[in-house]
Amino acid sequence: MIPELGHLALILALCMAVVQSTFPLLGAWRGNQQWMGLAQPAAWGQFTFLLFAFGCLTWSFLTDDFSVTYVAENSNSLLPWYYKFSAVWGAHEGSLLLWALILGGWTFAVSIFSRQLPEDMLTRVLSIMGMISTGFLLFLIMTSNPFSRLLPQSPVDGNDLNPLLQDVGLIVHPPMLYMGYVGFSVAFAFAIAALLGGRLDAAWARWSRPWTLVAWTFLGIGIVLGSWWSYYELGWGGWWFWDPVENASFMPWLVGTALIHSLSVTEKRGVFKSWTVLLAIAAFSLSLLGTFLVRSGVLTSVHAFASDPTRGVFILAFLLVVVGSSLTLFALRAPVVKSQVSFGLWSRETFLLVNNLILVVAASTILLGTLYPLIIDTLSGAKLSVGPPYFNALFVPLMVILMMALAIGMLVRWKTTPLRWLQGMLVPVLIASVVLGMLAAFMLGDFHWAVLAACSLASWVVLAGLRDLQDKTRHKGWIQGIRSLSRSYWGMQAAHLGLAVSALGIVLSTQFTAERDLRMAPGESVELAGYHFVFDGTQHFEGPNFKSDYGTLRVSKDNRNVAVLHPEKRLYVVQRSVMTEAGIDAGFKRDLYVALGEPLEDGAWAVRIHIKPFVRWIWLGGVLMAIGGLLSMSDKRYRFKVRQRVSQSLGLKEAQV
Amino acid sequence: MKRRLILLIPLVLFLGMAVFLFKGLYLNPSELPSALIDKPLPAFALPAVNDPGRILTQADFKGKPALVNVWGTWCVACREEHPVLNALKEQGITIYGINYKDDNASALKWLQEFHNPYQLDVRDDKGSLGLDLGVYGAPETYLIDSKGVIRYKHVGIVSQQVWRDELAPRYQQLMEAP
Amino acid sequence: MIRYIAASLLLLLVWIGVAQAAIETFNYANDAERERFQALTRELRCPKCQNQDLADSNAPIAADLRREIHRLMEEGNSNEQIIDYLVARYGEFVMYRPPVEKRTWLLWYGPAAFLLIGFCIILIVVRRRRHEALPSHVQLSADEQARLASLLEKKNS
Repeated sequence: MIPELGHLALILALCMAVVQSTFPLLGAWRGNQQWMGLAQPAAWGQFTFLLFAFGCLTWSFLTDDFSVTYVAENSNSLLPWYYKFSAVWGAHEGSLLLWALILGGWTFAVSIFSRQLPEDMLTRVLSIMGMISTGFLLFLIMTSNPFSRLLPQSPVDGNDLNPLLQDVGLIVHPPMLYMGYVGFSVAFAFAIAALLGGRLDAAWARWSRPWTLVAWTFLGIGIVLGSWWSYYELGWGGWWFWDPVENASFMPWLVGTALIHSLSVTEKRGVFKSWTVLLAIAAFSLSLLGTFLVRSGVLTSVHAFASDPTRGVFILAFLLVVVGSSLTLFALRAPVVKSQVSFGLWSRETFLLVNNLILVVAASTILLGTLYPLIIDTLSGAKLSVGPPYFNALFVPLMVILMMALAIGMLVRWKTTPLRWLQGMLVPVLIASVVLGMLAAFMLGDFHWAVLAACSLASWVVLAGLRDLQDKTRHKGWIQGIRSLSRSYWGMQAAHLGLAVSALGIVLSTQFTAERDLRMAPGESVELAGYHFVFDGTQHFEGPNFKSDYGTLRVSKDNRNVAVLHPEKRLYVVQRSVMTEAGIDAGFKRDLYVALGEPLEDGAWAVRIHIKPFVRWIWLGGVLMAIGGLLSMSDKRYRFKVRQRVSQSLGLKEAQV
Repeated sequence: MKRRLILLIPLVLFLGMAVFLFKGLYLNPSELPSALIDKPLPAFALPAVNDPGRILTQADFKGKPALVNVWGTWCVACREEHPVLNALKEQGITIYGINYKDDNASALKWLQEFHNPYQLDVRDDKGSLGLDLGVYGAPETYLIDSKGVIRYKHVGIVSQQVWRDELAPRYQQLMEAP
Repeated sequence: MIRYIAASLLLLLVWIGVAQAAIETFNYANDAERERFQALTRELRCPKCQNQDLADSNAPIAADLRREIHRLMEEGNSNEQIIDYLVARYGEFVMYRPPVEKRTWLLWYGPAAFLLIGFCIILIVVRRRRHEALPSHVQLSADEQARLASLLEKKNS
């Protein structure tokens, strides 16, 4: 009964979405207030029904209703309850429902927090989001219904959740990622609404920027979580593989980064409007493209969902409609009239353009590398692989240029900057960063050019930030000056610091990783990079739905105990698959990482030991960037009187009083 | 007007990409063509499965067009295709076997139980011939011509349908060629 | 459709549990050789996995190839020789670093070209914008521009 109600709710949500996407838009065009007024109730109704449907599916999982095909395929009565819960989005159908729910949630949020918008603008935005919802709900109901039943012969027990996904990181990773992907639909809807209404101005940029910042922050957190998860769960100590699925999330993030920068130029100076609109369309289009790549099976990937060409055709058609029509609209309606705003070479405008260029080229490079095997296959039938060596070779130089330009971009002013003054600001920074880089390169161990370059670049970015801070506070004194700076300024500083920290983490952990694969019998020990590892053997234990060989390694340095690590080898009984759980001692300056391979004779094991200096910094940098995004978003100029807005939109009487 | 045309560039690029994406839907990215098509069988000298004393080489596979089937008793899918191979043998088609990374005793038992379709069966327990052939999993089936040159490779089970659609036409062509 | 199901079933039957790390214990002549092996196996793709390199894949074929690479290294083969050896058997698919050739020019040089074109566009945009920034009396009238052009032409010829 419950699954049928869920199915019904989905269909009702679709009806709501259809209403939301048609009448209000026509109303905005015709100036019909009543039709425009339908947008909000329809959006709320849609969200309510989606919540209900999601609740029904969750209920089916928690109560082990294996007559539902999706539950039978992705759950098991032995599964702990929290994994039963997260299994709701553990495979294609449910994750699509989550996607739709989040889209409904974003629409709901827009309808509440954007009431200061002109009514026709808000109506158009809601309508466009309704169209996207319609597409996804149609897809969900027609090709991927999560509520379909296995009747009359429903299985006694389920097939279990893919063991790879039985992990805390994976409970939160997909929702975060989807919040980001779907969040870009808001910026997209604002851009399309502005094109439709011919209202492409600074106010538009100001409205869409906080939404874009939230989406960008979530996407960033999602990517960081995914990378962190693959680091500790896959047992090979890597944190990024340039897999199509990873790329699918990284491309919108890069374009989103470009977008938040270009929105700020459009907001403050009213220039580059067409370009900003194009970026807003591109960020969301890349999110959709990611969905297509992951769910259609056109590319081989470690994490692809079970592929199905009919689904692929549907998403491709949807992609064509959404992206094709919005780009057509862009070509027809984007302003070509030159604005009268002027700026010089050494201006913030120029450097934001440079930032946009590099980020867009980086995203295009990833797109090119991801699709190239497909292109070659289509044209000649030959199979080609484009992997990490390619992406690293092209992406790293781009990031070097980006960081070089970033420091200058932080210091230059709007319109134009006297070159003399700029030199005075930057030359000390340049000298200091080269000196710091050299010191670091010689002190951190063996000399590597990459380390010298990374440390210098990171110092260049961080010191330029400090220099700017000093300049901004010079009149008021430190304490007074610092308090007067806006949150969005601090957000900018935090995010740029994050980039420097990530860059350091990436280069230092890659250069200084010590790695050994070796055979270890109980009692044997090994010395690696000053650490002494003693293997105490493994014990057998039984988890709720797996059997585990639980290893113990004691680590000491200079005769002092540092850590006891427990790498595990788990056999998940239902799916008969073996999983590695790495034993990790996390630290600010280094991670000790141990994974078990195959059992060898006499209780010995193949063991992989890694020492990864500064590897945490990679994710720490990502977290700093997310903090930066949140700080910027909460800036005064974007802040709304939330309580008032909520009570108003709920139609409470006091708002009218 | 000229500036409007510039604004069309993103749309054109996107549509171009969409064409490739659409075609890509009907390609199988995990299907790898063999690197050895139109190249002779790699050289080998390995014992026969049913006679450890007899050393087989690539020269033994020459003479007439034939199928070379890579199989193993550990491979579940091989069991499924085995009856098809038997049927093909009945039709007079020459099939050579490569017993890939297998235990010889189990291989002999399997052949006794399920009937032996192979005219010659190479014992490749170390997998060295498989490696030279670019085998990445069993079953794989190669079509060779009378000079021992590889003409086609099928990865996966040879079913009646695969034989009819993919292998038989090519086999006929090789039989008719001088 | 059937073909896809058959293919995925086949994958399931033959390679179970590819998601775990591959950890083996080879002996190396020295640390440089160990690093060479690690670098090499990271650049090569497992032919029958879902996008994994040889170093990380636990598929039997990847284990075979690692052993083979180790053997070839001990026999004194260079990296190029080893890669050629694998490409001859499994095709260019095994190279994660696609070779630079005519059909991969776009792949390798495209991004640099985008970047250059982009920088040129930025320069043009900035030039135009700066021009506008100048006070109007510094700007040349159409007549003056034509005269300047002809003067420059004379000088060049």
